[in-house]
Amino acid sequence: MAEVLVLVDHVDGTVRKTTSELLTIARRLGEPSAVFVGAGFDAAKETLAKYGAAKVYRVESDDVTSHLVVPQAELLAQLVASTSPAAVLVPASTEGKEIAARVAIKTESGLITDAVDVQAAGDGVATTQSVFAGSYTVQAKVTKGTPIIAVKPNSATPEEAPAAAADEVVDFTPSEAAKGARITESKPKQATGRPELTEAAIVVSGGRGTGGDFSKVEDFADSLGAAVGASRAAVDAGWYPHTSQVGQTGKQVSPQLYVACGISGAIQHRAGMQTSKTIVAVNKDNEAPIFELVDFGVVGDLFAVLPQATDAIKTAKG
Amino acid sequence: MNIVVCVKYVPDAQAERTFNASDNTTDRDNVDGLLSELDEYAVEEALKIVEAGEGEVTVVTIGPDAAADAIKKALQMGADKGVHVNDAAIHGSDAAATSLVLAEAVKKLGAESSVDLVVTGMASTDGTMGVVPTMLAERLGLPAVTYASELTVEGDTVSIRRDGDASTQTITATLPALVSVTDQINEPRYPSFKGIMAAKKKPVETWSLADLGIDAAQVGLDAAWTAVESFAARPPRTQGEIVTDEGDGGSKLAAFLSERKFV
Repeated sequence: MAEVLVLVDHVDGTVRKTTSELLTIARRLGEPSAVFVGAGFDAAKETLAKYGAAKVYRVESDDVTSHLVVPQAELLAQLVASTSPAAVLVPASTEGKEIAARVAIKTESGLITDAVDVQAAGDGVATTQSVFAGSYTVQAKVTKGTPIIAVKPNSATPEEAPAAAADEVVDFTPSEAAKGARITESKPKQATGRPELTEAAIVVSGGRGTGGDFSKVEDFADSLGAAVGASRAAVDAGWYPHTSQVGQTGKQVSPQLYVACGISGAIQHRAGMQTSKTIVAVNKDNEAPIFELVDFGVVGDLFAVLPQATDAIKTAKG
Repeated sequence: MNIVVCVKYVPDAQAERTFNASDNTTDRDNVDGLLSELDEYAVEEALKIVEAGEGEVTVVTIGPDAAADAIKKALQMGADKGVHVNDAAIHGSDAAATSLVLAEAVKKLGAESSVDLVVTGMASTDGTMGVVPTMLAERLGLPAVTYASELTVEGDTVSIRRDGDASTQTITATLPALVSVTDQINEPRYPSFKGIMAAKKKPVETWSLADLGIDAAQVGLDAAWTAVESFAARPPRTQGEIVTDEGDGGSKLAAFLSERKFV
């Protein structure tokens, strides 16, 4: 059976949920071979084995992790040449897509980004993408080379499928050219304790209607175990970081539940969330365009509505 | 500094975008187009760099006749000259072919006067793949520093600040390099009346594939490494219940969430 290379997304060996999703998808297409770069393999091995990695190709050098993406792209291209995989799966993060872009050129292979579903089809791979701000769904395939697919979070439910995760250290040295861009400083952000925006099952966002005070939005989000997002207006006003921005020029999310608080729902914002399964909005303005999208809406002041909802939810949860 | 900014002419995201049923490509004819919003930040950043020192900004685009408008807008903002790669054979190109054509255009410009910096937006607003900048850097053999929210050029080094989810990073590369910028990096200027008038006299060259030494067989729909097999419009959402808060809005919201099993 052909191998499927899966680039592992981890921080010092703590494997992110997206990797378990990719391994699950990989099993549909062939035999998963995880590609693990950096330190912490011992911590990661159990998770990789649990979700079906038959093999793990490992590289631990510092050169690879401090020089952005090119060394990882060179490594993957080398593995594509040596293993002739059925596909290469990477997370559709900014880093994942950059690595995938270089691998595609290096191996002259087609690249599909932001796939929301990946299935085996004949002897190839069929992908589904959500395009034009979610207004269209596309079925696409790779027609040349090894299918390289960047997959969005929440595209598959991780399935446990215990496997060996037999590791193999790869003989790999990045080229000198690969060291062109260097990370010279990295300041970790304070963890909020909340789920990551693009991976979360529930997202609660605040907009202009918060007036800069996100406390009610945050309390409500915490009562649901949700991630907190922000509209472009809120980010431009400096109320919330750009990494929380949901919209055309920020992140596109598709959670099970999206709650828009004090957000009018201009196209810029809708482009980032309108494929969410259930949409709720709270807004003072009954003509806010966001209400066209909702499964449930409250016309009212979020400073009154959200605390009341938060209390009710906390009570229900006991 | 000799800076090349690559820009794209895209269908207006506020309009009803769709596909051509004939070949599953993006319909670029029946929807009004404009310079991609994210590319305005790239043009602005390039202008700021040359205004702080000295140099020239050339803006390059690939597209049919209407794409000249993207160049025009950039020239009105203050770019010095434009290059419009216009060749019917490019229709239906994938990201890989797009990056090939852009790379050859940058190389051709570089042959006249070496290019120090290539600047792009972080992604187009139609395809939104965000991979062409990196593919372009790969083809040109340049380091790429992408998703810049702040940029500094000092001597032969470019440094950017990137705001990631887990950390804020400073990333550095030696010129020549490629940089992609986010919409947080600056506030693009509106063309002044003077800028609009001046743009009319600025040189714009039009190049075909032959001018770039590219064989038509390397680009276009048939050469693409991916294919759209089918497309379908998402059914519009039906509006659910809307209640007005009369002192119980929050309770009703909680009840809805509970009923839908989110609580």
